Amino acid sequence: MSVNTVQFQTDADRMQQDGDRREFLRTALNGYILTRSGQQSKYGDYEAARTTAAAIKWQAIENLGEHLERFADNLEARGVHVHWCSDAAEARAAIVGVLKKHDAKAIVKSKCMTTEEIHLNELLEKQGYDVVESDLGEYIVQLRREAPYHFVFPAMHLKRGEIRELFERELGDAPTDDPEALTMIARQALRQKYLAADVGISGANFGVAETGMISITENEGNARLTTAMPKVHIALMGIEKVIPRFADLAVMLPMLALAGTGQRLTGYNSQFAGPRQEGECDGPEEMHVVLLDNHRTELLAHPEERDALRCIRCGACLNVCPVFKNVGGHTYGTTYQGPIGSVITPHLRGMKDWKHLSNASSLCGACTETCPVRIDLHHHLLRNRHSAAESSGGWAERMQMRGFALVMRQPWLYGIASSLGRWAHTLSRPIHGTRLDPVYAWRKTRDFPAPAPKTFQQLWRERKKDQPPRH
Amino acid sequence: MPQDSKAAILGRVRAALRTPTSPQVMPPKAALELAESGPARAEAIRRSLPTGGENYEESKALFAEQSAALKTRFVPVPSLQAAGDELARMAAEHGWSRLGAHAGELVTPLAEKLGLETVMTDGGYDPNELERCEVGLTECDALVAQTGSVLVTTRSAGGRALSVLPPHHVVVARKSQLIGALVDAYELLESRYGDAYPSFMTFITGPSRTGDIERILVLGAHGPKELTVLLIEG
Repeated sequence: MSVNTVQFQTDADRMQQDGDRREFLRTALNGYILTRSGQQSKYGDYEAARTTAAAIKWQAIENLGEHLERFADNLEARGVHVHWCSDAAEARAAIVGVLKKHDAKAIVKSKCMTTEEIHLNELLEKQGYDVVESDLGEYIVQLRREAPYHFVFPAMHLKRGEIRELFERELGDAPTDDPEALTMIARQALRQKYLAADVGISGANFGVAETGMISITENEGNARLTTAMPKVHIALMGIEKVIPRFADLAVMLPMLALAGTGQRLTGYNSQFAGPRQEGECDGPEEMHVVLLDNHRTELLAHPEERDALRCIRCGACLNVCPVFKNVGGHTYGTTYQGPIGSVITPHLRGMKDWKHLSNASSLCGACTETCPVRIDLHHHLLRNRHSAAESSGGWAERMQMRGFALVMRQPWLYGIASSLGRWAHTLSRPIHGTRLDPVYAWRKTRDFPAPAPKTFQQLWRERKKDQPPRH
Repeated sequence: MPQDSKAAILGRVRAALRTPTSPQVMPPKAALELAESGPARAEAIRRSLPTGGENYEESKALFAEQSAALKTRFVPVPSLQAAGDELARMAAEHGWSRLGAHAGELVTPLAEKLGLETVMTDGGYDPNELERCEVGLTECDALVAQTGSVLVTTRSAGGRALSVLPPHHVVVARKSQLIGALVDAYELLESRYGDAYPSFMTFITGPSRTGDIERILVLGAHGPKELTVLLIEG
């Protein structure tokens, strides 16, 4: 078992004990589901919109090479510096290179999961840069020095009292635990950061190949300020974020809003076409787009798995997932949590260490049903289980499976095994839940259902006796 | 070296795509045809998303409905004169002393009439000065009925910061600028700027907002706490 597997089990166990936190999480997610279904019912034909969104992203991925080249050429034509980076180390080097060139000290960031993926903040802090996250949720988890809980709602696990205590400790100011008062404290603290920052770092929700633009979706206005005030703007973007046409946004933006937060459209949907142009009164003097592969091309190489690259990171699959609801975001230990995280992480970071995530699913299919770009998430999880078993099925597991197959092929053996099972169930009652129990690990928090009074074989025999054979 | 990485990434992409995608993860054929450009596609998108209204009155009603849900203050006024009166009333009510604005057919006369200390963003400005303004007054490219959004660009609205830095953003628009849906907005952007896009375009949908603390809606997270749209109908 890998360290990550053990960590997952320990954290999931801890979350199981915390009924209060689970209830809090469930209430928040139920709120999302209600808002979303209200908005979705206003669509002329939601399923058709979903199919269009899926088709746009499918075309983008299917012709990724051409779109990427076109995207980069158009960006460069608008005066943007494009950096192609094969892995996290190259992307970090490209970003640090820009910071050094401008002798930057203060950096303001707007929410970008890709920077979490390459562990940018840790590096910049270690090198002595003053880095501040400006999205409220990200700012809160940054102050707590922890990872985002959910890649759309980073601080959804925290209650207002915990945030008040945090602000009191870190900012020396938090008179009440009223969410509005707390938000205003963060607003005040961050205002000057935008004006003083040398460089703004953002992500990108979409890259438009046709026009050489990036599109950023947000509610707070922090991304707008991050990209308006500092004299340099760096955007970090995974190569799968490219879409073919400008007008594709007319459907992608509402679908992202609906699936992400249940809004008709998110507060600000901004398109950036380069640094300040001739005749404009503000905006950065320089803009950089850092394009990141980091194993995405490995996922692209799977003909059955590459549709996972259609993901627009809306987070809807987390919000409806019974496993996420019960184990919480930090348990995953990944940049991307929930079903999509479980699907892509083994490909991005290694099947051996992350295959356990394929089992973090009930295969109920709620994720697949909610995905705005129709990624077949639960079948991906099933296929990942298959590849994990193919590549590294353990000796003990293979023996178990062979034994199971043997018993299932011989009715008399099956008969013996099922009566033994019934006896074992009754006889093991007294040791249930104790260390003497041979299946303690499994039974400590659950139990086998009581066996039916008669076995299938008994019932079958009785039925044959009672009824004359049919013709 | 960046050039090497470019060739390497594109090489890996092309090699990966040499194996055709499994049919089970492909969208339906009809959808793929529809996803191509063209009027049929725009029409399909228009039909599948929430409506933007069939005519001015319907669109205006929808914009009003969306504004109410978003907590945008939407004020239709009969004339430029009446817009000026409404602004003067708001200035007195909120006690504004400093205004951020840009030169424009509608904004210039309104700013002059208001007579406050004014920071004009045209041709460059001091961000700290703009930060001290209580209100930013701008024009826009369009109002989108479907989503209750205000479409602004660096060209129509005095740059990137004027519509996001001051705590109250007032937009002034003409009747002809109200359009139905987002697809119409993209067609408009393409026809107006297709040869040379402004470096920044944004759809503003309500005042700045957050739900990051216990999912409770708070306005004015970083951008404007208030958004007012004055629609001149005459």
